[in-house]
Order: sequence, then structure tokens, then C-alpha cells
Amino acid sequence: MTELSTVRHPRRTRATYVRRAIVLAYLFFLVVWPVSLVVIHTFSDGNHLVAALQDPVVVFALQMTVVVAFWAVIINTVFGVGMSLLLVRYEFPGKGLLNSLLDLPLSVSPVVIGLALLLAYGPRDGTFAPLLGAIDFQVIFSVPGIIMATAFVSLPLVIREIVPVLQEVGTEQEQAARSLGAGGWQTFRRITLPSIRWALVYGVVLSLARSLGEFGAVKIVSGNITQQTQTATLVVEDKYLEFERGAAYATSFLLTLIAVAALVIVTILRPKEKK
Amino acid sequence: MTIEQLDPAATVRTRRRGRARSTLDRPAAIGLGIGVTWFSILVLIPLALIVFQAAGGGWGVFAETLGSSQTAAAIWLTVRQALLVTALNVVMGTLIAWVLVRDEFPGKRALEIIIDIPFALPTIVAGLVLLSLYGPASPLGIDVSNTSHSVFLALLFVTLPFVVRAVQPVLMELEPEVEEAAASLGASTFTTWRRVILPSLTPAIAAGATLSFARGISEYGSLVLLSGNLPFESEVASVRIFTYIENDNPAAASAVAVILLAVALAAIITLNLISRRVARRD
Amino acid sequence: MGIEISGVNKNFGDFVALRDIDLTIPSGGLTALLGPSGGGKSTLLRIIAGLETSDSGTIEIEGQDTTRVPAQRRNVGFVFQHYAAFKHMSVAKNVAFGLEIRKRPKAEIKRRVDELLELVHLEQFAHRLPAQLSGGQRQRMALARALAIEPSVLLLDEPFGALDAKVRKELRDWLRRLHDEVHVTTVFVTHDQEEALEVADSIVVINDGRIEQIGTPDDLYDKPASEFVLSFLGPVTTLGDKLIRPHDIEISRLEQAAVVDGPITRWTRIGFEIRLEVTPTDPRYTEPVQVTVTRSEATALDLHQGDHVWLRPSVGAQSLPTP
Repeated sequence: MTELSTVRHPRRTRATYVRRAIVLAYLFFLVVWPVSLVVIHTFSDGNHLVAALQDPVVVFALQMTVVVAFWAVIINTVFGVGMSLLLVRYEFPGKGLLNSLLDLPLSVSPVVIGLALLLAYGPRDGTFAPLLGAIDFQVIFSVPGIIMATAFVSLPLVIREIVPVLQEVGTEQEQAARSLGAGGWQTFRRITLPSIRWALVYGVVLSLARSLGEFGAVKIVSGNITQQTQTATLVVEDKYLEFERGAAYATSFLLTLIAVAALVIVTILRPKEKK
Repeated sequence: MTIEQLDPAATVRTRRRGRARSTLDRPAAIGLGIGVTWFSILVLIPLALIVFQAAGGGWGVFAETLGSSQTAAAIWLTVRQALLVTALNVVMGTLIAWVLVRDEFPGKRALEIIIDIPFALPTIVAGLVLLSLYGPASPLGIDVSNTSHSVFLALLFVTLPFVVRAVQPVLMELEPEVEEAAASLGASTFTTWRRVILPSLTPAIAAGATLSFARGISEYGSLVLLSGNLPFESEVASVRIFTYIENDNPAAASAVAVILLAVALAAIITLNLISRRVARRD
Repeated sequence: MGIEISGVNKNFGDFVALRDIDLTIPSGGLTALLGPSGGGKSTLLRIIAGLETSDSGTIEIEGQDTTRVPAQRRNVGFVFQHYAAFKHMSVAKNVAFGLEIRKRPKAEIKRRVDELLELVHLEQFAHRLPAQLSGGQRQRMALARALAIEPSVLLLDEPFGALDAKVRKELRDWLRRLHDEVHVTTVFVTHDQEEALEVADSIVVINDGRIEQIGTPDDLYDKPASEFVLSFLGPVTTLGDKLIRPHDIEISRLEQAAVVDGPITRWTRIGFEIRLEVTPTDPRYTEPVQVTVTRSEATALDLHQGDHVWLRPSVGAQSLPTP
């Protein structure tokens, strides 16, 4: 159906060109030009990228970001695939409520997310502080807290990609597999997983981009301790405020590169899903 | 239309099941248990604690916090700018979606990526990016940093994709035949737009606007470097919460956070209502 | 032996899909479950396959009680209306699926797949994806896939329902011939009486969750047990106080001992067949009577629209009293 509306020769009137010009100008001034300036600043008056990659603070933060994003994405992928299957293939009381609540992390402010985790797991006043103290497990101002904050903000992304595809695919292929003798796990691995794989990759890429870039929530739960709990986005702020603008731009450049790469991958994947 | 859709038993089956209590088998029930536990540990309990913290302080703390002119100004600024940005997004987002769906020109695909950049770009980088064009060193000579305009600009950037992405698929589904039918019945271009196209886009625009408003009201990262966080001028609600946390005043932080949470919840409920109305129309 | 169904009930909420079904399906036969949409026939088939569980009752397949056996261990071949092709696998991989699950040796799987693809005439499509096949080809692939596991019974749920009329007819003949070759106990669901009459050895008419009648196609057509079966299996009209098929009415232009007489008020020719409507002069009968005659009969009798005619059941015609 999409072919009908897009491929059909559009009637070109003057309004078509006016609309196109407005949109292009708007996006140029809002997105393209500003983003390109980061690239220019990174490579103007000396190569800040090389310098930044020799700065131990930046290197540590980049490593930390990668580790945190890796775990957050793993957690959200397992959680997301399981939850999506439950939401689409089963009925249970409270399903509608759960489905709505799962969207919550996308519209809650990162600062509120940080505050929430702090109130629950803070070492001093947190509700679960005595429990965590007893097993000597530090969440806030340490890596587990950063992973939790990151997992929180990107929680629904995998689910939102998989659920519509699961609904679309339906259950007939799974039933056919069962009637041919496949058990639950075999059916999932050989039938369900292949049919959602592009949506899954798409969701994972989105989660990864979101995880690498989280700032507000991480700033609160990490304590922002240089070379201990500092992630790349926190370094950008620090370096900028410390007038090490070159390092700030270089780190931003790296993060932008990853974000754009993720988007390009996603855009390439998307049409395949449509077939 | 397939036979299955016409089969009354099939419709009855889904309808009855919708009301049925549970179809969980044992592994699924265990999986659901683990999933909900993790969701509670990560999301539900911490968020609930904000509400408890705010309520625990009693009405006094709540009134005192929100009564503080600085906090009230911050909340008002946030709401005002989020509304303004959403209004502009409704217009520009619909226009961008229209161009993406109905227009053809080389490089259109790149436009798709550009639309999503604000979503994928780390918010702190977004702030830095805007600062480089609209800050003190602006090559355009426009400096909005440390003013309320900077809040508007930052929110406009981070909320760019929402209306576009909500309207685009609906516009794709809209058959040009419907417009042609309207035209053949004598409707002018404008009438066709107002009477035929706009009504079918309204739910999508509303959904996009809701997301855009919710995102705008909760924004933090992109404002840190750009807005200067000047009280009564460019300080937003999230920054207030952050300051309260830094000053070790969780009760006051929670009071402001509860308001943002309520907006987030209202947004989700609105979205649900919209999608239910759309489902009924289909 | 074959399939033994006893006392099966199934409700969806307060909708009764099946009530007290007792049915024996003989081994090696080709049986049709025929009935209108929503009558419960698909549900019964899915219960036999284990894709749906009955609320009560038992299912025995080839002498084994399978009521509590999950679908994957029933060894039942199931063919879905919309093919349920594994879209990400080639045709050969689709057919091999059940055998791979059963961990058969590679060489055996390959041999078996080749054999089956030949049987369903898809040898040259082995490496295509299902999306590259036509509907009819996809359904043949689905059939080969179901047959690959050497099922004790083969179940087909409206197998030709999604295909266009011409392909449907071809596949129908082809299924009949295939069954004569493989002789596996086969049950298929259809709402198309022509399909059931043409293909099946025996027909089970199901309506409103109940079995209306079981019999051979001839039995059902000639000796319908109820008004429902009579009207579902072909056209039916009211002649006096009897229900009768329109082609079982004798028509005459001369006054004779008749049930009903009146003018021909409508004349529709469809190919070799002419459908007439006769409006009875007797005011007790308000409905016009439908009569079907061949073109040569009409010519021989010199019938025209407006002619006054006398109608009576032809010799040996089956009829039922009107309700």
C-alpha cells in the first residue's frame, strides 16, 4: 500500500517546492548546520580527536560508557524479548496496565529517574540501604547504579519494535512448527526468533544509541567521579565547563559518530522489514 | 479480507479471550514473574518512592516547594516553552511528514536520518551542538544562550522527531484515491485538506504532540550547557530537581518530580485514549 | 481405528463452539467436515491436532488416546488455510523442518525432501523462498511439509480457501489423486459443498456445534436428514408444502394432476441451464417456485416467459416437508 502513495508521480505545483524549501531550511538550521559544527570544531586548530584519545580521563569514560551500554542493552534485550512474547502470545490479568506502564520510562524525565533510583538504592537514605549494606553491594555512585539508570531510560525500545512484528507474524507458523514436532524452545529458536530478527536488531541499535547517550539519570546516580564513575557524556560537560573545549568537542564528535552510524544502520534495515 | 476475518467464531474467540482470566502455562507464568519483578525493582518501586517521599513530607513541604517563587517560575517556564514547542512541532512536524511522504527528490533518504538525529544524539551533545551555532561564538551572530529562547531552541531540537514519526505512517496509509474522490466531488485543495486529510491525521498529530510535550517538559541534558540555568529566566523544572538533590533536599526534589511524573502519566493515558479511538475508527 | 472422537465439548467464554461430538473417522479415508463458517468444524479439527484443547471428551488416533498429548507429539500433519509457510526458510527447508526436528540423518532428509517435492511438483522450486511462490504452490509446499513427518493423520483446515477459483479446482483434483496414492487418513474442513461432494469419501455436516449428518456424498445429497443438510448441499425451493430441489420438478404446459400451477414470471438463462420462477395461482402459496430446466428441455416443451405451467415433483425426487 505504501508504494501506491509514494511512488505515484506526485503532481508538482509551486506549493510543492515551497513546502520542500521550508522543510529543508528548517532542518538545515535546526539540525544539519549545528551538528556539522561539532565536526568542524573537532578538527579545527589542531586535531582534538587525537589529543582527546590520549587523555586518560576521556579514555576511561569511553570505556565505562561502552561497558555500561553493553550490559544495559543485554538486560533490555532479554527483558524485551520475553516481555513482548508474554504481551502478544498470552492473556493474563493486568496485561493492559503492564503494557501502558512499560512505556513510562520514555516519558519520565532523566532527572526524575535518577532521583527515583537514588531514593530506592542510595547508600545513606535509600529505602533499600540497610539491605544493600548487609550484603555489601553498592548500587549508587558505582557501576550497577549507572547500568540500572541506563537500562531504565531505554527499557521500552526493544519491546516497542518487537511487539508489532510479533502481532503481524501471527501464530500460524508457530502452530505449524508444533504440529511438525517442534517443542517450545525449538519453535522459538527456529521460527519465532528468525521472524522477529530485524525488529530485534532495530530495537537493539536504538537501545544502544540511547544507552551510550544517557546523561541526566547517570549524572545523578554515578556521582560523576572522574576515572571512577564518569561516562562519556559526563566528560563532555566537565571538559566544556573546564574550558577544555577541544576535548569536549572531540568526545561529542565520537558520540555523534556512533549515533549517526546507528541511524544509518537502522535506516538500511528498515525497508527489509517491510518486505 | 480473509475468510478468517469473516468467521464469526474467530471474532468471538478473540473477544472472549480478551476477557478471559489467564492463558499462561507454567514457564510463561515464571517468565512473567521474573519480568515483573525486575520491572518493579528497576522502575515501579523507585518511582513509587518519589510519590511516597513527596507525600511523606506532607502538604507543607509540597506547598512550600511549589510556593517558592523560583521553583514556580521554573515549572511555569518549562510548561510554557514545552507548549510553544509542541505547537510549532504540530505545524512543522506535519509539514515535514508531508514532504517525506508525498515529495520525491534526491537525498530524501538522508532527510530520514536527519529527522532522527535529535533522538539518537546524546542530549549533552545536543546542547553543545546548538551552542556552537546559537551561542556566544555564533557564526550567524545569533546568541540565545542564557535566555529563555535557549530553552525553546533546545526543546525544539530534541522533540523534532515525535510528530513527524507519528504522522508519517498514517500519511503513507492514506490513499491518494480518497483525495481524488474528494476532488472529483468538487472539493477545492484546501477543502480536501481540511475535510478529508486533516481529520484522518488528527489522532496521529495528537499522539505526536503528546509525546513531544512530555519529552519537552522532562528535558534536562540539552539545557545544561545552553541555558545557563538562570533562575527566573532560563531555569527549567528538571534543573530545579537536580539542584534540590545536590542540596540534599530529597523531599523538595520529589515534590517537583511528582508534578513531572503526573505529566508523564497523563501523557500515557492520553496516548492510550487516542489509540483506542483510532482502533474504534478502523 | 482411524480417529475416534467421543463426548467432545468446547466453549469460548459463553459461546458454544462444539457440543457433545461423537464421531468415528475411518482409517485411510478422505473425510470432509462441511458446514457454514463459525459452525465449529475448524475447532474440531484443531482439537484433533492438539492445537486447541477440548473442555471435555476424548480423542483417539489409531487406537491411542491422545487427549492429553501435546501437538508436537501427536504426529499429525496439519495444513493451514493461509499456508503458515516459514517465510525465512527455502521451500526445501520448510519441507525438511519436521525431519530435522526428529534428528533424522542428513542423507535421509535430503532423499525424503526430494521425493516429496517431486510428489507435489515443486522440484524446481526447492531453493526458492515461499514469498516467490504462488498461493497454490505454497499450499502444495505446506502439504509436502505435513506429509514429510509421515503423519498418522493428515488434517487440512480450509486448505483451498485462500486460492482463486481456478487454482482451487486444480488443487482439489490433485488432492483427490494424491490421496489415492498415499492413503493416509485425511480430514479436511470446508464450507464449500461442491468441494466436499467432489473430493470426499464421506462427509460430516457440522452446524452450530453439532453434527447434522454423516454419510457418503450420494447419501447426503439424496437422503438429507434435515432441512439444513438439504439446503446446505444445494439449491432448494418450496413446492406446495414440500422442500425440493429446483431440478427435481417436472414442468408441463398442459393441464395435468399438479401440485402447483401458475405463470412463468421470471426467466434467467445461465449457460446450458435455465432458471424459472413460477408464481402459484393458489393464494395459499405466496413464494414463487424456482424451477431449473436444461435449455434443450425448454426448447422441447416450447416454454416462454408468461406461459401458464403445471408443476409436480419428478419421479424419485427427494423432498422434505416444509418446517
